[in-house]
Amino acid sequence: MSARHIKHRSSGLWLAAMIHRLSGLALAIFLPFHFLVLGLAIHGGAGLDGFLRWTDQPLVKLAEGGLVFLLSVHLLGGLRVLVIENFPWHDGQKQLATVAAAISVVVAVIFLARVF
Amino acid sequence: MNVRLYIWQRATATLMAPLVLGHIAVIFYATRQGLTAADILARTQGSVLWASYYGIFVAAVSIHAAIGVRNILSEWSPLPDHGAGLFALLFGAALALLGFYAVAAVVLV
Repeated sequence: MSARHIKHRSSGLWLAAMIHRLSGLALAIFLPFHFLVLGLAIHGGAGLDGFLRWTDQPLVKLAEGGLVFLLSVHLLGGLRVLVIENFPWHDGQKQLATVAAAISVVVAVIFLARVF
Repeated sequence: MNVRLYIWQRATATLMAPLVLGHIAVIFYATRQGLTAADILARTQGSVLWASYYGIFVAAVSIHAAIGVRNILSEWSPLPDHGAGLFALLFGAALALLGFYAVAAVVLV
């Protein structure tokens, strides 16, 4: 692949679009498992509680923090796309994308601080 | 992506934006003192409000995610367009089934 074809990949907005796509894909892969876990409650709370005890492990909590980041960054990235497409507000998109990522990191860190 | 799918993608995104914000708030509230099934079910069981909230959420996310997966498969995989569409349709249907089952599990039982 020539340099001309990958030059756009150094753009912050290309990175923002890629993060939006990959966060959406990761959430789509996670969702069926999320629903299956909640479905454990169909036989009462015991099954669900068993799983929730498993989630007390530090690595699982860390992964949950990652999911909170993905959810937040996909939401804010999506709002940015909706704004670009529906309003005449096209300036400062790189800054907006950076702010979206920064807010998402802060939200995930606050989540982790609460659960640890 | 054709115009019809584009409109569904954006419409479900717009619908879900406040729902996701609310869900993040629920995540923070629910994990304030550790997560237990009793806490979750005490909030949700028999609640028409939670059933409606998460029922709409499941419907919207199933459509939204299926269209997103279809786009990714069309652009990044060697699958032909109809193959990507079929996979996305099955994925969306499975997501909706599992999601409504999950909502029923925490609201009805």
